[in-house]
Amino acid sequence: MTLAEKILSEHAGKKVRTGEIAVVKVDLAYTQDGTGPLAVRKIQEMGFEKVYNPQRTIFFFDHASPSPRIELSNDHAFLRDFAQKTGIRVSDVGLGISHQVVAENFVRPGDVVIGADSHTCTGGALGAFATGVGSTDAAVAIALGKVWLRVPETIQVIVEGSLPIGVYGKDIILHLIGKIGAAGATYKALEFQGDTIENLEMAGRMTIANMAVEAGAKVGLFPSDEVTKGWLNRMGRSKEFRGMIPEADATYGETVRINARELKPTIACPHLVDNTKTVDEIGEVKVDQVFLGTSCNGRLEDFHIAARILKGRTIYPKIRMIVTPGSHLVYKEALKDGTMEIFIESGALVTSPGCGGCVGLHDGVLGDGEVCLATQPRNFKGRMGSPKSFIYLGSPAVAAATAIEGKIADPRKYL
Amino acid sequence: MKGKVWKFGDSISTDHIIPGRYFYLRSNLPELSKHILEYERPGFSEKVSSGDFIVAGLNFGLGSSREHAALVIKLNGIQAVLAKSFARIFYRNCFNNGLPAVICNTDRLAEGDEIELLLEEGKIVNYTRNETFPFSVLPPVMKRILSDGGLVEHVKKYKDLKLTE
Repeated sequence: MTLAEKILSEHAGKKVRTGEIAVVKVDLAYTQDGTGPLAVRKIQEMGFEKVYNPQRTIFFFDHASPSPRIELSNDHAFLRDFAQKTGIRVSDVGLGISHQVVAENFVRPGDVVIGADSHTCTGGALGAFATGVGSTDAAVAIALGKVWLRVPETIQVIVEGSLPIGVYGKDIILHLIGKIGAAGATYKALEFQGDTIENLEMAGRMTIANMAVEAGAKVGLFPSDEVTKGWLNRMGRSKEFRGMIPEADATYGETVRINARELKPTIACPHLVDNTKTVDEIGEVKVDQVFLGTSCNGRLEDFHIAARILKGRTIYPKIRMIVTPGSHLVYKEALKDGTMEIFIESGALVTSPGCGGCVGLHDGVLGDGEVCLATQPRNFKGRMGSPKSFIYLGSPAVAAATAIEGKIADPRKYL
Repeated sequence: MKGKVWKFGDSISTDHIIPGRYFYLRSNLPELSKHILEYERPGFSEKVSSGDFIVAGLNFGLGSSREHAALVIKLNGIQAVLAKSFARIFYRNCFNNGLPAVICNTDRLAEGDEIELLLEEGKIVNYTRNETFPFSVLPPVMKRILSDGGLVEHVKKYKDLKLTE
């Protein structure tokens, strides 16, 4: 069995195979402030006054964090009120992005995790079947503790060889999406294997799992191992470790091989994630804004990569660099170890934890004709504000080098 | 019921269908609905009539999980979305709200064509071109959700998920 078949079989209470429809038990369900209000209305419409497991249900306030508009403050109040009545947990403004906070505190290897946000697949980094759904499916998962899923075919992605200097998890996933396309894994699971993956720290794995959906995938799964154990230990959750590996008989619909030694810093160009180029091919692209953060690259390790390049240097005068920590914990740790000081000394500005500018709500909305290099997972037209703006995606290292030069830059010369 | 075709290209994301900048209108659906696909086609909400069809190319609805994308399509009176392929979360969201999302060769449909979707028969009739062609059969689970009137109605009826029997 593949990892997907194994986890879904456990949760269906019977052996299920690729292509089957399964109703499975949900271990953790969550929404964010953009999808939560509709989920609550659906729960009410279905006539539920209680929810299945309030302790394993979380309402995150991360998109409008803190709220920039009256309407959104009212939505927050509506969610808080429902949470209070039902006992659902609230992760309030400033505590961080849902996917980062659940990776820190809740997701366990082998879990089924349902989130009303497409980047819920981030949890696959811990060996959990974590997938994004809409508000109605989330409402059902919250109310009944169940979800229906089609057991997906799995694409095996084998990454081998050591990563060159200046190349990270972000470059692996951008390269993969460029190769298989933004619909290359639609309805399917991605399962990551190979020595590069085994040697990749949890932050890099989360970046890759996070962007599985940008290839259309339902889930981006990693076997759980010593690295997973190390992460859970660091989060004070060592008892929650469980080895999750695919069975020897696993059959994959397709296998994609990537030679990590040949990878270069990779950029996704406007307006699609699969429109990728290496930094060598990009030419001169001047930017107005650099954005470091999001569920894709808002972790301490990401900040360390950027800070190493920015230390003792200053941001190009005509641009702005915005840094948004993925969570309260990331913020605190980056403050304690001096990383934040490096950002501020270099001329970057730091916002409160949350999804920040990635969703086009606040904290770095782009104007007409503006260009942004962002570490976020998505670059669709108008995503960060004006439909006439341009979003390029790259690693935290590319972000830092770009901030120094004011144009998309190769980080390798700074490392 | 006959309706008119509104044709779109490939890779129409949920950010195109309902941009994130209108996030604050998500609890005000009538107002939010006015902004449907406005970057692709300014004034679309005023142009479209009840019973019309959105017809697109590959990977329609990619991106964010916002169910509001499927909802604003339904609230604008669109009868069904026809595309060469759909992104999975959007696809589920459509059926959950009782909106058919049909996979077919949309090269056979042009802007303004008068068509009819025969869901039971698995056929699309193009009155403008005077031809009929089949579409990919709906997965049984989606048929079930649709016939119950969406997932909320399904759960109201069974107080459970009864989709695997």
